[in-house]
Amino acid sequence: MIKFFVNGEPVQFANDPDTPLLWVLRDNLGLTGTKFGCGRAQCGACTVHIAGEAERACSIKVSAVAGKNVNTIEGLTPSNPVVKAVKAAWVDKDVVQCGYCQPGQIMSAVALLAKNKAPTDAQIDDAMEGNLCRCGTYPRIREAIKTAAASLGGKR
Amino acid sequence: MDKTVNDASRRRFLQSSAAVAGALVIGFWLPEKGGRAFAQGTPKPVHPNAFLRIGKDGTVTVIVKHLEFGQGVTTSLPMLIAEELACDWTKVKAELAPAGPEFANLAFGMQGTGGSSSVSNSWEQFRTVGAQARTMLVSAAAAQWKVKPEACKADKGLVTGPGGRKATFGQLAEAAAKMPVPEKVALKAPKDWKLIGKATKRIDSQEKVDAKTVFGMDVKRPNLHVALVLHPPVFGARVAGINAEKVKGIAGVTHVVEISGGVAVVGKSFWAAKKGRDALEVQWDIPEALKVSSDKLTAQYKELAKQPGPSAKKAADPNAIKTAAKTVSAEYEFPFLAHAPMEPLNCTVEFRGAEAEIWAGSQFQMMDQGAAAKVFGLAPEKVKLHTMAAGGGFGRRANPVSDYIVEACEIAKEIKVPVKLIWTREDDIKGGFYRPAYVHRVDAGIDAQGKVVGWNHVIVGQSIIAGTPFEGFLVKDGIDHTSVEGVSDSPYELANLGVTLHTTKSAIPSLWWRSVGHTHTAFVMETMVDELAAAAGQDPVAFRKALLAKHPRHVAVLETAAAKAGWGKPLPKGRARGIAVHESFGSVCAQVAEVSIEGGAVKVHRVVAALDCGVVVNPLTVEAQVQSAIVYGLSAVLQSEITLKDGQVQQSNFHNYGVLRINETPKIEVHLVPSTLDKPTGVGEPGTPPVGPAVANAVAVLTGKRPRVLPLSKGKWA
Repeated sequence: MIKFFVNGEPVQFANDPDTPLLWVLRDNLGLTGTKFGCGRAQCGACTVHIAGEAERACSIKVSAVAGKNVNTIEGLTPSNPVVKAVKAAWVDKDVVQCGYCQPGQIMSAVALLAKNKAPTDAQIDDAMEGNLCRCGTYPRIREAIKTAAASLGGKR
Repeated sequence: MDKTVNDASRRRFLQSSAAVAGALVIGFWLPEKGGRAFAQGTPKPVHPNAFLRIGKDGTVTVIVKHLEFGQGVTTSLPMLIAEELACDWTKVKAELAPAGPEFANLAFGMQGTGGSSSVSNSWEQFRTVGAQARTMLVSAAAAQWKVKPEACKADKGLVTGPGGRKATFGQLAEAAAKMPVPEKVALKAPKDWKLIGKATKRIDSQEKVDAKTVFGMDVKRPNLHVALVLHPPVFGARVAGINAEKVKGIAGVTHVVEISGGVAVVGKSFWAAKKGRDALEVQWDIPEALKVSSDKLTAQYKELAKQPGPSAKKAADPNAIKTAAKTVSAEYEFPFLAHAPMEPLNCTVEFRGAEAEIWAGSQFQMMDQGAAAKVFGLAPEKVKLHTMAAGGGFGRRANPVSDYIVEACEIAKEIKVPVKLIWTREDDIKGGFYRPAYVHRVDAGIDAQGKVVGWNHVIVGQSIIAGTPFEGFLVKDGIDHTSVEGVSDSPYELANLGVTLHTTKSAIPSLWWRSVGHTHTAFVMETMVDELAAAAGQDPVAFRKALLAKHPRHVAVLETAAAKAGWGKPLPKGRARGIAVHESFGSVCAQVAEVSIEGGAVKVHRVVAALDCGVVVNPLTVEAQVQSAIVYGLSAVLQSEITLKDGQVQQSNFHNYGVLRINETPKIEVHLVPSTLDKPTGVGEPGTPPVGPAVANAVAVLTGKRPRVLPLSKGKWA
């Protein structure tokens, strides 16, 4: 029995401890905002937060999160200033296209801006290069992160 | 398994459109016109509520007949209706249409999303729907108030009449539905447009940002099982034996089923099915003829290209090139390409004996519905297909043989429990239906003044269209138009242009891939024209303009892209610009790429694009599509390649099938050029073809070498 927390709620999992966290979230908890894209930490569609870090849920065994809290896109606090700024900027800059990768993009962007309110282009690249987007929304993602940073008072 | 958690998830069913029933008030269907002639007869008329519902609260729900897979049709198609309906834009919602003949793409004569045609084929139809509905609302108000309709006016969801009378669309909707549908309505003059042409934010942004959009992958149904299929290691190989001994002990695995395309393992979760498939042992019957290697294939193609094939366009004088002062001869190689949309392919099926229900992000709903019906032995109307939001597609979800839909249905028919087929990324990359590999050979000559006197062009590759229902109108005299489009119909004034095509056959399944034939033809045309300009000692922009004198749209985008990119102005050391222009899907796009070489690799810093796409419906989504098309095209040109060795695909996932990441994405500027056309033309694809040659032409300036083998990552540049 593996006990951990998802978005602050206690969860127990009694099945195969090697099950990737992604599939526990999707198949067992019904939290489908965390997306399956590649299964080997190449695309970032499954990005979640563990202890404030952006992590790829497809490549973390559920046993590895025992006792920890996992935050998913569904668990982002709407009133959190960083979450609010990122989502508002995403809408304002009309970032999304198909939208499939965007929960992962937003999770990576929130993790970045939570630590660094004024990221440089290189820091944005560094934080976001693990998140693929086949629609090519990258130019607007970059703009949106800068907009969000500016609204959070980040100056550069 | 924690029971409470599990049960909670099972109870959260997919919301169906039935939840909004009761709000249906206005609806009508317009007969197809101008559709191409391969559809199975005229669709049956009168399906109420086909495109539009107005709720009593004034909510306007537009039924979008095309798949939303990023291109923004759930915003641009409602804009067309709303423009004429004169409703309150903030009350407009979009809903994806299920499979149904009333939702035909008027350019195809059947339901389908592709060919950059979603807005252009709906242009008259959706505006007409809006105008008809407005007329009916006004008539309803006039009848209630016993005044003439001419004395009433509709604006922002409100009808006003003499003496200060007013009623909302919501209040009038029920009465309006009983009004006759006007046969003829006048559409607004462009000067009166309030929405068309105005930068309008996407309707679906907030729900996508909140991760509330339900993609096919996210469909939830009671007792839903998950299936994975073990496909043959070589295309066309057959199952010779199955050993499922090791699968039996795996918890959660429920079925092992042989289907036409391989062996399916079904489980109660993805992970159970995945473990089951990993443990499955299958012996395959692999005939030698199927063990294709792409390098050998390319060598064969190159040999074929030395001789002309069947003619796609006859040169007035094929020997004219012998009079040329200078000739350039070149051979080009293009690899197989996978579409690799972010959402891996999937399909959910419930087969209930006498009927079935399917959930899929389909570009070809009715074809998929028909293929499913065939599997089940049911009439198509007994199969309900829900169009789900799709995480990209780029052509892969428009498959005339409905490959993964058929797989899911075969499994569902056998196991008789609800099932979601999921392809892993490995299944996707190795799964075929690629942009085929091609080889081109061109011999072109100019006279002493730099005028093109002859151009002999040979193309070698397999046909995308042969064997599909599109063959009747896209393959003429053995020539698949999509193999030669962009060359045989080139707008350049090229004296004695002759084009021939060797259509090869291979076991590797092929499919259209964003911009189809233009993915390779534009590269060849635009790098060869550039090379001729250099041979003539002329500026690449001026050289092109002289050859395009009769094509003002081409000239306009060339001039805009060049001017905005600072063509001819100095650049930092080690950087160079390249230009390309190409027409596809009725639109013309020019691009200037700014490039450097870093560590032997090509780095693209900036792309400036100019597009003429006729009437611009939504500048925001048009800009986004051009950015998208450039990133998609750059991925292929710089990195992507599918290769085969002894029939086995050598790539498997994004670590070895490279696609562009944010740190590799250049600055992209998009300029929309005012058009002389009075209707919209294609938007989703025309930005893809020019980016490759624009980059290659810059590489040639930097290195003196002409890139002719894609992707560019295969070369060492200096």
